[in-house]
Amino acid sequence: MPAFRHPFLPNAGEQQKAILAKLGITSVEALFKDIPSKFRFKGKMKIPEGLSEIEVRRHIEMLLEKNSTPYLSTSFLGGGVWPHMVPEVVHSVTSRTEFYTAYTPYQAEISQGMLQALFEYQSLIAELVDLPVVNASMYDWASALGEAALMTSRLTKRSTFLIPEFIAPNRKAVLATYTAPANVSIQRVPSNPVQGKLDLERLKEMMSSEIAGVYLENPAYLGYLEPDVDAIAEIVHDAGALLVVGVDPISLGIIRPPGDYDADVVIGEGQPLGNGVNFGGSLLGIFACKDDRRILRQMPGRLIGLTTTTEGERRGFVMTLQAREQHIRRERATSNICSNQALCAVAAAAYLCTLGPTGLRRLGEQIMQLRHYMERQMSKLDGVLAPRFQATHFKEFVFSLEDRKERRLSILALMKKISQEKIFGGIPLNLEFPKLGESALVCVTELHTKRDIDKYTASIQQALEVE
Amino acid sequence: MSGFRQARWNEPLVFERSKIGTIAYSLPAVEKEVQKALPKPIESIPPTLRRQTPPELPELSEPEVLQHFVRLSQMNYCVDLGLYPLGSCTMKYNPPINERIVQNPYFSWLHPQQDESEIQGILQILYELKQWLAEITGMNQISLQPAAGAHGEFAGALIIRAYHAENDELATRREIIVPDSAHGTNPASAAMAGFNVVVVPSNNDGQVDLQALQSAVSKRTAGLMLTNPNTLGLFEQKIESISEIIHDVGGLLYYDGANLNANLGRVRPGDMGFDIVHLNLHKTFATPHGGGGPGAGPIGVKGALSPFLPTPLVSFDGTKYYLDKERPKSIGRVHGYLGNVLVLLKSYAYILHMGSLGLKAAAEHAVLNANYIMKCLEGVGGYSIPFAPDTWRMHEIVISAKPLLRDTGISARDVAKALLDRGLHAPTFYFPAIVEEALMIEPTETFSKEELDRFIEALREIAEQAYDNPDLVSRSPQHTAASRLDEVRAAHPRTMALSWRMYQKRSKSQSTTQA
Repeated sequence: MPAFRHPFLPNAGEQQKAILAKLGITSVEALFKDIPSKFRFKGKMKIPEGLSEIEVRRHIEMLLEKNSTPYLSTSFLGGGVWPHMVPEVVHSVTSRTEFYTAYTPYQAEISQGMLQALFEYQSLIAELVDLPVVNASMYDWASALGEAALMTSRLTKRSTFLIPEFIAPNRKAVLATYTAPANVSIQRVPSNPVQGKLDLERLKEMMSSEIAGVYLENPAYLGYLEPDVDAIAEIVHDAGALLVVGVDPISLGIIRPPGDYDADVVIGEGQPLGNGVNFGGSLLGIFACKDDRRILRQMPGRLIGLTTTTEGERRGFVMTLQAREQHIRRERATSNICSNQALCAVAAAAYLCTLGPTGLRRLGEQIMQLRHYMERQMSKLDGVLAPRFQATHFKEFVFSLEDRKERRLSILALMKKISQEKIFGGIPLNLEFPKLGESALVCVTELHTKRDIDKYTASIQQALEVE
Repeated sequence: MSGFRQARWNEPLVFERSKIGTIAYSLPAVEKEVQKALPKPIESIPPTLRRQTPPELPELSEPEVLQHFVRLSQMNYCVDLGLYPLGSCTMKYNPPINERIVQNPYFSWLHPQQDESEIQGILQILYELKQWLAEITGMNQISLQPAAGAHGEFAGALIIRAYHAENDELATRREIIVPDSAHGTNPASAAMAGFNVVVVPSNNDGQVDLQALQSAVSKRTAGLMLTNPNTLGLFEQKIESISEIIHDVGGLLYYDGANLNANLGRVRPGDMGFDIVHLNLHKTFATPHGGGGPGAGPIGVKGALSPFLPTPLVSFDGTKYYLDKERPKSIGRVHGYLGNVLVLLKSYAYILHMGSLGLKAAAEHAVLNANYIMKCLEGVGGYSIPFAPDTWRMHEIVISAKPLLRDTGISARDVAKALLDRGLHAPTFYFPAIVEEALMIEPTETFSKEELDRFIEALREIAEQAYDNPDLVSRSPQHTAASRLDEVRAAHPRTMALSWRMYQKRSKSQSTTQA
């Protein structure tokens, strides 16, 4: 045996000898003899030699420092993953090794902690969106949208799904990937060009017995609120279709929850609830629905239920309604999802317990104040239209550069210019939505201060003047 | 007996701990000028959109929030506590250094829509990770986008679809073949990609039955999804013939990477004829499973299939890293951004830490551990080791508690629950379905011989107890946070409670009925 030792491998030396002796072999090679020799990998893999802990850390730090990181206060980038505070207590919870090094709670009796935490996540989101059934998470908002569209199609046996004109391109792309194999077609409902909201007349015209579901977002991708929700719900339900609403959950301390305007399914991005930005890579797909057996049976993903011990004496939690899932139903499952974003859901649960109803309301108010201030300061700039849409916004809004003959600076160039001052100024929209002209989507959260906003507007002003 | 006692806190639901007026939040002050500009923000919201009643979230202080969740955590078993031998789940050590690395603010504040010039560091890491995974699997091109193994399978099945569509054969190639021992995600993923599923049986040696496979394939075959080693822990020795049978009819061969751990540095899916693979980084590459996720399920393909990989693709032009979005044949996006990058970064650190020798050694230690358990269980009354008696296993072994059930009435489930009482996690049970009373054991390289002995001794003791005093076994677990739970009650329409809100409603209607 090669005397290879590594800190992660306990059975070195004597123990390995004892194991080999028990197996009656002298070399581990004997165990691999079933691999046909022509397929045995003979060389050495072209990957680095193993490093020590400190070298690993140093190497990765060196690479990461090549990134230009938005120091929290100068990034105005949102669009689906947003900079918000993560209370330290949330981090303490998710750093518990008992949570993060556990597998899916297949053995309920020894995994009650995770099961209860996930049940509480489901319950907290249920309060937030005002729908009683919430699953234990999807990968992200985008995949939740894909699954929601498929679910409406299964439920209605119809095959067209309507989405708003202004939707995040990445979300729309994932939706298309999910729906293509099921032959569900996606159509866009035009938006009012001035206010952004859905064009109700066009929506009415588009409704037919082909429409499985209608999707709207509140706040919309471009930050404005969609005020005609009751009318939309009525139009959708009158046509026998289902209403799917996408939310930014952090807005729901002050914004009316979709369950209250009769949404059948609510999805959203849970990342703002106690999860970092992390390059868009630890998201939390929210998925909720009505307490309706027909809908529930078509729901994708894991569900945790409250029950009792078999003696009936004590409360306990189990994964339930598993007959919908892949490991029981196989090819007839509602979805293939297995691993989800459980730890991000635990973070969201701890976050919502930390904020409570008052904290969430105050947070929402404060974000709206900061956003409003920024809108106002931006609107004072010569050559800038802010906000682009005449509507109430939550934490994001679009501003446009006025279409003037003498203007040479594109929105991209403007963003590039202010990035030299370490300001990450917003998501340019000129490629996504050419009809919006030279525009950008900016995001304001509780992490921003008046100083940050003033610095931002001053930089924009300067960049435009120098031009 | 082990003396193991899991904490049993009788911890109420967080809603039941709520005390009106208590706060745990701490928000920054808003400057006067900002406040003055919009003194009553809620009134700026259109009346149809104002929240009228606040969400019924609990009100607690910060120490109480932490206490609640720490108590819950103490009622949860984890791989840092001991053996977690869930077959096909590869619960190996999650190095703490990786948790530290992802807290680096140069990563944690990075936004996915920053300009490419600002994210060269993370793109380099992702690009190198792709190169390493390609080398490890013997594939040509990798996408890191899928967020979990099943997500990778879905992407892989869509690539099979795109490939046949490109050849104008999608209309006839409607079938994906899976062995009867396949993971449940395989047929589910194939179905989500629009295929019909055809199941082929295993032969008496626990391997794919070549004759059955031969008669199952036709011009309708789109592909075969296979894991090798299979879910019995056996290496599919006829892999070359399997590959020929599938490729001869124009199908593609898909590798389910759940069982890759045994193969590291020994045999590569690409060399065995597989066209597409997915990996489970939260299994083979040591990232924590977080109690259910996040995971990461990169997929790799042979060169001819790379145009179909999800878009965008992390790429390198010789001087800078970039996101390749010009991919007209791509299946599209499967994730909003670039996947679970937090997880990808941890696997990058793990591979760097292990190196090529370390990965190969990990595979060897894992296989040694699995076979050690098998050898020690030979002849232990109550259990049998079905299929291929004189064959070494790879990453996992499947034993059957059928003799025990026949002799004593004690089932695989009972054995699993009795293991919990001894401070050991149970193996995967009742899977694969081709083994009755199956206990599927994957020890991984992480656990010492002493821990394996503790597990073996526990299985032996449980069997003895079953013969002497079966009631004792069937009452287990008694030392965990909860004893056995009523799954019927959990799923019954009248008692089902999927949230606190539903629970209150159901309890109320029940008490009204009773009154």
